[in-house]
Amino acid sequence: MRFLRRFLARANNFATGRQSDRRLREEMDEHLALQTEENLRAGMSPSEARRHALLKFGAVAPVREDYHAEQGLPFVETLLQDLRYALRLLVKSPGFAAITILTMALGIGATTAIFSVVDATLLHPLSYPRPDQLVRIEDDLPGVGAEDVGLSVPEWKDFQRSGIFQYVSVEGSGSVNLTGSSQPTRIAFKPVAPSYFAVLGVKPELGRTFDPNDQTHGFNLEVVITDGLWKRAFGGDPHILGKSLRLDNDVYRVVGVMPPSFRDQGRTTEERNTELWAAAGFAAAPTPSPVRNNRFVPGAIARLGSGFTVAAAQSRLDALVASLQKQFPADYPVQSAWRVRLVPLKESVVGNVRQSLLLLLGAVGLVLLIGYVNVANLLLARASARGREMALRQALGAGRKRLVRQLLTESLLLSLLGGLAGLVILYSTKSLLLKLIPESLPRLNDISVSWNVLLFALGVSVVAGTVFGLAPALQAGRLNLTHTLKAEGRGSTGTGEQARTRRLLVVVEFALSLVLMIAAGLLLRSFYDLFKVQLGFNPQNVMAVRTWLPVPNDPTTDIYGTAAQEAPFIRELVRRSAALPGVMEVAVGSLAAVPLNHTRNQGRLILEDRDGRGSDFPLVNESSVTPEYFHLVGIPLLRGRLFTDQDNENMPHVAVVNQAFVRTWFPNQNPLGKRFKLNRTAAAWDTVVGVIADARTESLEDPAIPLIYRCTYQRTDKELAIFVRGHLDPSRIPDQARELVQSINPELPVFGAMTLPGVVSGSLSQRRFSMEMVLLFALTALLLAGLGIYGTISYLVSERTHEIGIRLALGASRRKIMRMILRQGLDLAIAGAALGLIGAFIVARLMSGLLYGVAPYDPLTFVGVTLVLTAVALAACYIPARRATKVDPMIALRED
Amino acid sequence: MKQKSDVHQGTLGLMVLKTLDVLGPLHGYGIARRIEQISGDLLAVNQGTLYPLLLKLEHEGAIASDWGASENNRRARFYRLTRAGHKLLGAETREWAQTAAIIARFFEVKAEDLS
Repeated sequence: MRFLRRFLARANNFATGRQSDRRLREEMDEHLALQTEENLRAGMSPSEARRHALLKFGAVAPVREDYHAEQGLPFVETLLQDLRYALRLLVKSPGFAAITILTMALGIGATTAIFSVVDATLLHPLSYPRPDQLVRIEDDLPGVGAEDVGLSVPEWKDFQRSGIFQYVSVEGSGSVNLTGSSQPTRIAFKPVAPSYFAVLGVKPELGRTFDPNDQTHGFNLEVVITDGLWKRAFGGDPHILGKSLRLDNDVYRVVGVMPPSFRDQGRTTEERNTELWAAAGFAAAPTPSPVRNNRFVPGAIARLGSGFTVAAAQSRLDALVASLQKQFPADYPVQSAWRVRLVPLKESVVGNVRQSLLLLLGAVGLVLLIGYVNVANLLLARASARGREMALRQALGAGRKRLVRQLLTESLLLSLLGGLAGLVILYSTKSLLLKLIPESLPRLNDISVSWNVLLFALGVSVVAGTVFGLAPALQAGRLNLTHTLKAEGRGSTGTGEQARTRRLLVVVEFALSLVLMIAAGLLLRSFYDLFKVQLGFNPQNVMAVRTWLPVPNDPTTDIYGTAAQEAPFIRELVRRSAALPGVMEVAVGSLAAVPLNHTRNQGRLILEDRDGRGSDFPLVNESSVTPEYFHLVGIPLLRGRLFTDQDNENMPHVAVVNQAFVRTWFPNQNPLGKRFKLNRTAAAWDTVVGVIADARTESLEDPAIPLIYRCTYQRTDKELAIFVRGHLDPSRIPDQARELVQSINPELPVFGAMTLPGVVSGSLSQRRFSMEMVLLFALTALLLAGLGIYGTISYLVSERTHEIGIRLALGASRRKIMRMILRQGLDLAIAGAALGLIGAFIVARLMSGLLYGVAPYDPLTFVGVTLVLTAVALAACYIPARRATKVDPMIALRED
Repeated sequence: MKQKSDVHQGTLGLMVLKTLDVLGPLHGYGIARRIEQISGDLLAVNQGTLYPLLLKLEHEGAIASDWGASENNRRARFYRLTRAGHKLLGAETREWAQTAAIIARFFEVKAEDLS
């Protein structure tokens, strides 16, 4: 209280500038007068009396100083004084100021930019209450090498009753045709359990979400929609609640609208863009019968009971799984080794980008560090140029602490100005930078310059300003006064220690750049290898457009319910599409047939004549295509035959498989004529009639994944893609295709037009992003390191001008001088390279998961990059070395 | 000659407060004189150091000051104890007494008392 009062009084004095010494002077005068009188009374002579009074009063200067300090806020005053001085100095040397501030701005700006991405994705991946309680439940069958196989409805109910979770919600994913608005649209839709929103713990913006205790077996015909869909399709109608809408020909009622900030927590971009949720009990049509061994539910999320950690819940769950296995031995055969895994929801959302983002953060951190090392170097150079000033100040009585403080204030000012400039740059280029980020990044829309980010930028500025200002500041405080002051006329006073520090900084800088360059080199090679990879198919001039056939809840109303009903539509589609302008070839297939689009359709493979024990069969990727497909995408036939138009709905089912499939399931056998089923419940066997070459249609990284193609005319796939090859106008195809499809059935949506080359490059987007960023950082680092080594060598040369002059005068050849200087640079480079290679080995090991086709210790990259960096170092030394050879011994010697 | 002893600021502040409490409003010189007299010239205080201390006490609200006329009719600044100063003095006096009592007890203790 007293302290506060005193502080306020002082702050008030400080703020109002009331700091006169008049009061003190008057009081002192009065004091001395009284004392003098007293002394006179005691019998002293007037001069004696005055002298004694003064003696008794003590030294006036410290009293005045103390008084002054008490009057205001000396800390702030000194700070302001230092700041003013620092600003004046900066204005006096604008070049130095510009370079340091720019370096810091780039460093802090780039680091903050990457941090803002990390902050949104890794640090705050879920915008739901208590995100630590949210988990995803995944079933694994390690016995048959299958992960995340989905779960069955009875298992879901078991989990719900287990007491481990507050709520468990199953979730599917898909899309529905929304009809009734101006254009039939296809929207991402998610069938969920009624407890879905209760699991996430979110409230709607309008209306309500589902009742978590709803016991309806099938769909309860209620939907919750996003704010976006509400505004787009319903014009933000305030009376939307209770209105009905038609989804795949079924009528639903809107019960709630989610707030704009709400985003579904899906695993894929598609799922995260869900716009409509419908609740179901998953125990009646359209879902299959809810028996224990039918794992048709793709996934489940749950909120842990309060007080449960993920580990504790997992051990309780393991016990439950063990008892269920005992209770239902037929459904859980021992050899499949069923187990249930809890994955923190956060993990499942950002798991696959963590490594890339951390790599980027690390890379940008290194750039920042290198930038600061450069700045520290500049500060050191300046400190040595100011050595005389510092020595003079000390000689005049400035304390060491006071000097260090002043120099720290200067470097902090620079750093903060740099941080500010960095934020300004970041803010003004924000929209541009966001465009660089691949769309597949989770929570892309939540990236912003938040308080967290600002705090981070401030923290980085302060820490960096302090740490890198400290070295020069401490050195300035340790000056040898006599030496420095005696070195009359010479501005610079490069002590041995300073030169050592500068060399050390350059070595560190060099090492850091080497690490970054090697990381970038490895990423570049990975990317290039992937880019140059033989696709095995030809995406040139191919486009795909998607459509979706509705699936009503009541199967009897489905007009495309059987292959016989769907095949005529497909045939008509193929026939009419051929008439599109520029089109030379047409095919239709399931969505999974679109190469590299990350949609898989998997079935459990059951081979005829083979004993598949129990209920667990391996999962195999499957798609359906019309006969023209293989020629259109350029995948060659190796054995047997492709589909023909005769493989129609009335003929026995046929299949084409790839080489990888043959290698896996029919090694050293003739696959032609073999029969299999996908899913036990399938009525008919499929016969293998042909084998095609392997192509990287599923993943660029993996050259051979077993694949099954079946004939679209014999299937009832609902998610379709129309493939066209020819001289197409990509901007017009979507409309042309929509007209065409709707001329057959006006209720069908047409969407998702893509060019295959676009899909191929899109599947590289995340890699390209991290590669480009790291490369950019590495080049920046290279530039900074080059500048650093240039600066240091120049400085050393100017230090040694006198010495070089003597050497020249004594007959040293200019070549020798040149070699001497280059040698000095090379020594630094070698030391840096040695240090950097150690770091690079560690970093390469850490990032091995991000590499493709190149070993983490790729000798070519390591050696190549080291050579490049050394060459840059030599080039940077060449300029000062040349200057050294131009020294005129006469002038150099006379200078002293 | 006896060694004069130093005082630290906290003690000096308490002396100032007590002086003002006993004698009423005084100017700086008066306070200095009084402290000198009472301490029996044993304290080595540069009288000047009193002024920053007075300012501090004033900032803390323990004393207040006004211009007035001194004995020789010159302008002088007179300090007086405020209500907060009274309270502070009371509290500090108790504290001192307590500290002194504890120290005194330590001095009284003999080796045999501890066994």
